[in-house]
Amino acid sequence: MFGDDLWKIKLSMWQKFKQWFHKMGSPRWFYQASGRWLPWLSLVTLVCLLTGLVWGLAIAPQDARQGNSFRIIYIHVPAAFLALAGYYVMAIAGAIGLIWKMKLADMVMKSAAPIGAALTAIALFTGAVWGKPTWGTYWEWDARITSMLILLFLYLGVIALQYSYRSVDVANKVSAILALVGTVNIPIIYKSVDWWLTLHQPATIKLTEAPSMHPDMFKPLLLMIVGFYAFYALVLILNTRVEIISRERRTQWVSQLLVERAG
Amino acid sequence: MIQFDSLQAFLVMEGHGVHVWSAYLVSLALMGWMLVSPRLRRRQLLKLIKRQQQRERLLQQQNGE
Repeated sequence: MFGDDLWKIKLSMWQKFKQWFHKMGSPRWFYQASGRWLPWLSLVTLVCLLTGLVWGLAIAPQDARQGNSFRIIYIHVPAAFLALAGYYVMAIAGAIGLIWKMKLADMVMKSAAPIGAALTAIALFTGAVWGKPTWGTYWEWDARITSMLILLFLYLGVIALQYSYRSVDVANKVSAILALVGTVNIPIIYKSVDWWLTLHQPATIKLTEAPSMHPDMFKPLLLMIVGFYAFYALVLILNTRVEIISRERRTQWVSQLLVERAG
Repeated sequence: MIQFDSLQAFLVMEGHGVHVWSAYLVSLALMGWMLVSPRLRRRQLLKLIKRQQQRERLLQQQNGE
């Protein structure tokens, strides 16, 4: 008897999961739910980034060796974090779209590419500007910098593929494959500072260890990282919503939405 | 506590001001663009859909006559 009940519970849990998965996959559900998340996300983003900005630029103490140029870290590290995390988002969304043919996943993948490219560009630019006073050069073919440049090209490749095919399905399939192949680059980026002891310094923050930074400098950095995560989610949702309207424009609910907006 | 005595000192940052401020301004500009561009695309898209719907309605009317 007991075994039977357990089996039933397992079955209903599986059913619940499947329901949730389908709901998540429904562009309509996502459009409506994300509309409710946006104000909160905007608030968190604004508060974290503004506080972090003032704290990092004016209140945090300057670095003993690098002086004030070290303040670039408050943009550089969060942008690099999200450039990498954004690649996971894009690749996983691409895989889900490829395997389960989930429309929403394809839309997320397409939306994630330009955001990731912009964040990678920010990480590279701030790194170059930081490099001049610190290392005496804007650019060096260092392992970390080179693998980040490859990341930028991977993002640009996905964007280019999206516009290279007349069929949306083919474009999604091909760009998802490129995104998945490109994940090889991610561990290389993480490990590059340990494998090749070149110019770029090892990671300041590790999940498994205490940060090698003074708390007065670290706290604003943490705030900026949280702010960048919220910013990323916000921008990704905004872009995905436009994509939803674009691809679902023929459906009943979108035309109804447009009529409601007009009226 | 604030690390700088004056606005001047804040802007110059002991010689590192050019680097720090260019890094921040370029990043802020890019991030601002990331926030604005989906709104612009949305507006364009809505215009496009509206025009398409009008054209279809017109075609239907012509066929009905």
